[in-house]
Amino acid sequence: MITSPFFVKPTPLQVVMLKVAAALLPAIAVYVHVFGIGILVQLALATATALATEAACLKLRKYPLKPFLTDGSAIVTAWLLALSMPPLGGWWMVVLATFIAIALAKHLYGGLGQNPFNPAMIGFAVMIVSFPAQMSRWVAPLALPAVDLDAGDQLAYIFTGSLPDGLSFDAIASATPLDTVKTALIQHGNLGEVLHGLLFSSGGMLPSQMGWIALAYLAGGLYLLFSRIIPWQTPLSFLAGLGVLAGGMYAYDPNHYTSPLFHLFGGAAMLGAFFIVTDPVTGPTTPRGRLIYGALIGILTYCIRVYGGYPDGVAFAVIIMNIAAPFIDQYTQPAVFGRKTKGAKA
Amino acid sequence: MSIMSWADAKAIIHNSIWKQNQGVVAILGMCPVLVMSNNIINGVSLGLATSLVMLVSGAAIAAIREFVPNELRSPIFILIIAALVTMVDLLMNSYVHELYVVLGIFIPLITTNCIVLARAEAFASKNSVAHSALDGFFMGIGLTIVLGILGAGRELLGKGTLLSGIDLVFGPAAKSWVIHVIPAEMHYQFLLAILPPGAFIGLGFLIAGKMALDRRADAKAKLAAKPAEPVGFSEGQSHC
Repeated sequence: MITSPFFVKPTPLQVVMLKVAAALLPAIAVYVHVFGIGILVQLALATATALATEAACLKLRKYPLKPFLTDGSAIVTAWLLALSMPPLGGWWMVVLATFIAIALAKHLYGGLGQNPFNPAMIGFAVMIVSFPAQMSRWVAPLALPAVDLDAGDQLAYIFTGSLPDGLSFDAIASATPLDTVKTALIQHGNLGEVLHGLLFSSGGMLPSQMGWIALAYLAGGLYLLFSRIIPWQTPLSFLAGLGVLAGGMYAYDPNHYTSPLFHLFGGAAMLGAFFIVTDPVTGPTTPRGRLIYGALIGILTYCIRVYGGYPDGVAFAVIIMNIAAPFIDQYTQPAVFGRKTKGAKA
Repeated sequence: MSIMSWADAKAIIHNSIWKQNQGVVAILGMCPVLVMSNNIINGVSLGLATSLVMLVSGAAIAAIREFVPNELRSPIFILIIAALVTMVDLLMNSYVHELYVVLGIFIPLITTNCIVLARAEAFASKNSVAHSALDGFFMGIGLTIVLGILGAGRELLGKGTLLSGIDLVFGPAAKSWVIHVIPAEMHYQFLLAILPPGAFIGLGFLIAGKMALDRRADAKAKLAAKPAEPVGFSEGQSHC
């Protein structure tokens, strides 16, 4: 019974998670178009592992299975993780990553709502720290002429690691745009011509395959934003932090720093902006805190991308700021209505 | 006249290895524990070196405890410990040089290991020579056991081997003693377990495991202490 205008009926978690999953669908569709059905297999593997691990953990902790298995949070974690992994990675990679995300990063800390770190990002970070070589083996988009893997070939590669006769992985592999930029900087000291066609075809504003995926994330994110599932502060300040810093550096020296558009649409920036940094459990809860939190993740992401050893920095930036979230909350607490002093002095 | 009763010795050993285990209960000396537990050999070697220092430092400090002015006890204890560590350092450098190179700075740092000073302060400065030597040594052994278990787990998960690096201790002939649980041809590697996060996660599991065992023992003891009731308890008792 919720009647008066002051009570808002909270959206059930199931509905929230359903909407988040729905918002991921356009990106998944573009993904399938660009990379083939491999990603669907990864999503299925991740979902199955997440549910199995969740069930096992709940059983060990003597919790009821049904309410937690059907709330959809494990599935969303699994999907976010599968979307950050290489689309044709071996089956064990996504299984291990999902297991770590659910068992280690979620249930060891007390399960849903208790985890200080974003489980999907912990799973991803563990994988990229432990298996840097395998994690950077991205297959080239299907549209490139060198690649001709049909659905059967992709399945065979994921589950057995074997490719059709006469093909080696190098023949079908391609570095991600962020990888390409990093390598070019190390080898030549400047960007030169590598940027052409990486994210935007040379004509200018028409996105290439990776760019389309980012646009699809953006579309899904905007849907979440307008259905009030996610707050506007975090994604906006994250993209602003990343974009403004990238813009300044680009203006300073375009030969060494990529354009802000490249940073905003490359790597996991769009996925991160709308689906990762907006995690209600691991981020701050105050509006001002969310602005600070998002902006700092954006700045950290840029720094890790440009100065760090790993090509993308969203995962590490999110984990670092997760630690700071309670601290940010404490110092951005709004004044209680009717009081003059702002914030809580602790 | 015996130096100490068997019951005393047993109490000290149980206290050092289980009840107040410096690794998983007191959670002291974390720096070497986390860094040097990446395989069994490193962990156990450092643990044994620490045990040796603690055995002698315990005895030495207990022997002079009557003459040490209270205000000056810390610098005096540290001087004794530092002298002993220097001896261990030189001995390891000459007899197990390869291992000495691997353990590196962590051998001189035994001096600053808080376990050594903590036992000097809490035990050796108040007890007899024999008691203190026994306490120091078994406190070190308790830590060695933790280092060994943690090292085994990290090594197994991280590289699929056990006892790797044993040739550093027993010479090149011992190279074949390394146990490849996962065949070497498979190039198995899980870096996380070898890197620092693996140490934190592994130690967390060890602490949790120790607490779980204690809790189970407590529950059993409670069950056993309860007077047997005629109905409903027969099943529980059969397990005790």
